[in-house]
Amino acid sequence: MSTSYAGKLLRVNLSDSTLRTEDLDLELAEKYIGGRGLGTKILYDEGVATVDPLSAENKLLLMTGPLTGAIVPTGGRYMAITKSPLTGLIASSNSGGVWGARLKCAGWDGIIIEGAAASPMRLHIEDGNAELLPADGLWGKTSEETESELKGIYPKASVLNIGPGGESGSLLACIINEADRAAGRSGVGAVMGSKNLKAISVIASKSSVEPYDKEALAQGNKSALAMIKENGVTSGGLPTYGTAVLVNIINNIGSYPTKNWQESYDPDADLTSGETMTDHHLVKNTACHRCPIACGRVVKVGEKTVGGPEYEVLWAYGANCGVSDIEAIFEANYWCNELGIDAISTPCTIAAAMELYEKGFITDEECEGVPLKWGSTDAIVEWTKRMGYGETALGKLMAQGSYRLCEHYGQPDLSMSVKKQEMPAYDARGIQGIGINYATSNRGGCHVRGYLISPEILGLPEQLDRLATEGKAEWTKIFQDLTAVIDSSGMCLFTSFALGAPDYAELINAATGTSYNADTLLAAGERIYNLERLFNKAAGMESDADKLPKRLTDVPIAEGPSKGEISKIADTLPEYYEARGWKEAFPTEETIERLGL
Amino acid sequence: MIEVRLFASFRAGREKIILLDASIYKTASDILFSLDIPEDEVAILLINGRHSKAYDTVKDGDIVALFPPVGGG
Repeated sequence: MSTSYAGKLLRVNLSDSTLRTEDLDLELAEKYIGGRGLGTKILYDEGVATVDPLSAENKLLLMTGPLTGAIVPTGGRYMAITKSPLTGLIASSNSGGVWGARLKCAGWDGIIIEGAAASPMRLHIEDGNAELLPADGLWGKTSEETESELKGIYPKASVLNIGPGGESGSLLACIINEADRAAGRSGVGAVMGSKNLKAISVIASKSSVEPYDKEALAQGNKSALAMIKENGVTSGGLPTYGTAVLVNIINNIGSYPTKNWQESYDPDADLTSGETMTDHHLVKNTACHRCPIACGRVVKVGEKTVGGPEYEVLWAYGANCGVSDIEAIFEANYWCNELGIDAISTPCTIAAAMELYEKGFITDEECEGVPLKWGSTDAIVEWTKRMGYGETALGKLMAQGSYRLCEHYGQPDLSMSVKKQEMPAYDARGIQGIGINYATSNRGGCHVRGYLISPEILGLPEQLDRLATEGKAEWTKIFQDLTAVIDSSGMCLFTSFALGAPDYAELINAATGTSYNADTLLAAGERIYNLERLFNKAAGMESDADKLPKRLTDVPIAEGPSKGEISKIADTLPEYYEARGWKEAFPTEETIERLGL
Repeated sequence: MIEVRLFASFRAGREKIILLDASIYKTASDILFSLDIPEDEVAILLINGRHSKAYDTVKDGDIVALFPPVGGG
């Protein structure tokens, strides 16, 4: 009987240049769905939680889900799962494009990369065959250059790579595929760089995988496409304006962090909004593999046509750095992709550096000709390059993220991060639920573990009062569990604006032959979330690590529509632990048993 | 005056910001009628940054922001 799992994992040991094919444990795959869930299970079982993240003992997993490569909307994603060098905890970064679908269609559920090579290497996969090759000539090249060179050799390949950021050990380094799609967060590219692995090219003869029940999957696909088409967000807002349409919404509720979260409203935000990008700069929009939404943006930087920034990036380089020149943000975003560094954490670290400069902790001498002044377009572009290439003493320090930067100057509270990872573009003082998600996210500051913005701001699936705390703990838990399912399945989180747990269950069952219903699927998501937490416990996470920066809990918003608000995380965190069945930040024995962990 | 801010597709054929006489408009619904925006096309209606309904009252000095269905992340 066929199933959309490929049934095979490729284990690559870079220390001794060996490649091994392993059978996928189907029972385990079904229990943890795939991708993020299954990858975490493999890492946990292989004892990775206790290793040094940048040592040869760490492992980097590039995993697909059961719906990656299947004929379903957005079924093309992969996840990079490893122990993060930024947070010291679980890292699980998700990317679209085409690379994941190609890997699956080539016959692999995932790649387990272990050890470290003595010199730069690359991996090439062509259906069932894989080989390691020297990559000395590629080392130092940008994403676009690497992609172009490998496409020259293999015109039919999809290319995944690290840029100079991963090579130079930036803890903000990401993994790039198709030149501008990124497994962006938690420093997964630094782990790949520490292993001396530059790129992975994949050629697949097939363009889809055979599901368990072809007819049922075709029906599920048809229904899902219809729901995505009927939904105003997935058929109207996202394709027309991209994620950047949020700039004006979040600003107009006064929860748009400005100048490293010192303010929460930017009067010039419209200059860097989705509307401005669409009306004056958009060349076209783009879609990842099998995506009917097409939220991707293409813009021009000089004469070059390049991937445009997401909402988070427009915010982080824009209001958060006091910049209102959208073209400078396009250029800085372009350099993040080219150099392979996280386009959220990089600008957030620049914003922290600007506050350190404003307050006199960083000197003009350290800036070496590029002062870190609020609003400086030169600063956002040049410091991005310095961080990506590891240039200048301060650039190297900033490439380790805002926490280590601020700690160096004795000001750790100026790092707007959770568990040393920078928080994204929503001020949790004016949106109470997203604060619970930030504080409890297993990978540190992150919005896409449990996107409470959907009910608290967008009114989906129902409108919640953004300033209320009642019920938010339970909402956070459900959103985190459902997100763990979607990530692990290989579909895009944005489908959840239109689809719900029963729809994902139908698609996964048709693809794999499982018999999930909405409740058991959410329980699988809960199992994954708890396993990540157990990984973090084994990695040494402290029981008081689920916290927000003091600026959010102690300093009320000064001006704007959310004036006077602070985060009430001290009230909601105990409720969250109770909803999860956790004690002092970790699952109780009863919870571990209930979830079959 | 009441300041009405329009976003995304609501800007097509309209100004981004419209100032209205507060003595004429009593509710957000009155404003939508005048701007020829059907109530069921409004996904997010903010009065002074707080989520509101079309039947909610408006007064001099208020800022009303209107969004069609949009999302992101």
